[in-house]
Amino acid sequence: MATDLATPPTAARKSTRPKRADKVPLGMAVLRYRWLYLMLVPGVAYFAIFKYLPMYGVTIAFQDYLPFLGYSGSPWVGLKHFEQLFSGPDFARLLANTLILAALHILFVFTAPVIVALMLNELRVNILKRSIQSLIYIPHFLSWTIVAALTYVLFAADFGVIAGWMRDLLGDTTKIDYMAQEQWFREIVIMQQLWKMTGWGTIIYLAALAGVDPNLYEAARMDGAGRFRQLWHVTLPAIRPTVVVMAILASGNLLDSGFEQIWLMTTSLNREVAEVFDTYVYYAGVQNGNFSYSTAVGLFKGVAGVILIFGSNWLAKRMGQRGLF
Amino acid sequence: MTTMTETKPKKLAVEHHGSAGSRVFDVLNVVALVGLALITVLPLIYVLAASLASEPEIAARPFFLWPEKVVTEAYEYIFATPTFIRSLLTTVVVTAVGMVVQVMLTFTMAYPLAKRYLPGRTLVLNLVIFTMVFSGGMIPTYLVVRDLGLLDSYWALILPLAINPFYLIIVKSFFQELPQALEEAARIDGCNEMGVFLKIVLPLSKPIIATFSLFYAVAIWNDYMSPLLYISDPDKWTLQILVRQLIATDPAAALSQMDRTWVPPEQGVKFAIIVIATLPILFFYPFLQKHFAKGVLIGGVKE
Repeated sequence: MATDLATPPTAARKSTRPKRADKVPLGMAVLRYRWLYLMLVPGVAYFAIFKYLPMYGVTIAFQDYLPFLGYSGSPWVGLKHFEQLFSGPDFARLLANTLILAALHILFVFTAPVIVALMLNELRVNILKRSIQSLIYIPHFLSWTIVAALTYVLFAADFGVIAGWMRDLLGDTTKIDYMAQEQWFREIVIMQQLWKMTGWGTIIYLAALAGVDPNLYEAARMDGAGRFRQLWHVTLPAIRPTVVVMAILASGNLLDSGFEQIWLMTTSLNREVAEVFDTYVYYAGVQNGNFSYSTAVGLFKGVAGVILIFGSNWLAKRMGQRGLF
Repeated sequence: MTTMTETKPKKLAVEHHGSAGSRVFDVLNVVALVGLALITVLPLIYVLAASLASEPEIAARPFFLWPEKVVTEAYEYIFATPTFIRSLLTTVVVTAVGMVVQVMLTFTMAYPLAKRYLPGRTLVLNLVIFTMVFSGGMIPTYLVVRDLGLLDSYWALILPLAINPFYLIIVKSFFQELPQALEEAARIDGCNEMGVFLKIVLPLSKPIIATFSLFYAVAIWNDYMSPLLYISDPDKWTLQILVRQLIATDPAAALSQMDRTWVPPEQGVKFAIIVIATLPILFFYPFLQKHFAKGVLIGGVKE
């Protein structure tokens, strides 16, 4: 019944027509599929204007871009802005802040969904399982503004719940401003990510777990495997490919600290540890008007991200896993 | 083994034994997961409760899930300020218009890309996927928006985010799964591709259109970066910007309420604005939840 997807719709009627559309001259193809091409136009225009034009725009990283001279009129300066970035006082701090957040992210935020998915998978009471899932998915749909605001009302020094508890617990009467202090910034940011992302992150692993053949557990049990042996020999191998794919995807975002979250959590008091490449681009570019320098910072981050994603894909394949590409 | 006599259907992915260690594990597992669920929702319930509590109560009680005395002064104050009403209207209109634009663009682009026989399809797909790996970045995008004259325009909140490539690919996969026989029949009846799309494909896609409408709506509603970047006129603030202003600064100043005779319930306003900005999402949450898993899986498994 279902026609072969690779066959043009008209081929079913007239067998004289070429079966493979790519053999048709382009002009004829355009004419035959004019409606389909017409439908592509708005979408292609979107990607051209808002995705590819900015990619061309990164050339200003190699210019001293002046708004009234434009892309073509601004003088070329080669790698000046990159040199300024790498030799400047900010670079080491930005790189350290970004990498520390990335490391903490992998250590806690990336692994938490795997663990929670495994725990949910062991739940036998289905109603309980589904209710817990419904509840822990909620934060995914809340904005970073809301998450930051929640953090504020919970941690605020004067009326925050957690600040109050900590005061009682430590018997300390001084008001600790967790939101403003350097030493708490990373802890709070990672806690926010855990709260917002863990539940949603389990979905993909739960899907992989649902696909495991029950007979495998049966067989393992016959062989005398207890629950933890089953987990080790059946469940974990089943989700390994999914974990690898997610890890490759995450590696591309390693330098992406997430602009909105970090920006919302940055104060004048914690800037020293809070500033990352993402927020620095905004700060230097939009706020201070250094378009070229700021673009160079963004380009460095973007290229590093591409290298990381292809690198980890290559590594995954070397280690005998299926990669992304 | 104690499971020998069990007659449970094999469908249950994992059949467990009743050994003592196993039972201890089960109990601990349930306790941990329930704890996780509580950590997730309790802050939200506290914010709702505190938004309905009086200022002295917020100051006096450390944590509560229901106020001793329900007062609505925070909400009354917020709803009496023009700044709030304006930002609420802005956000609602931008979300509604943006959602329609985004869904239209995404679905019209996904349909031709689902046709494996279309010459050039792979090229377009690869160009789309490349944008998921690399982007020009914040500043070049900002300059494009500026050069288009969109700064301080509501379109700046919609157009730069018009198509989410992930959603596009999920919708494309969905179209590929539709039965081809139906389209064939329509074509024999004289429909052109556009007719097939409008009369056959779209009616079949209602659930997935609903899903992605909600996803896009949530994304615009929650967007903080675009208004921060592209909107400098305070009259055009969106709700998310207002939330930020109210939390980070003095509420009275952020709401530009010059009426000094009415002292704002300062903490209460902070709680209330969080509730107001969250409520629509929680209202639609059951619908979101119903569909997303399917959507995520189509995208994750098929591509």
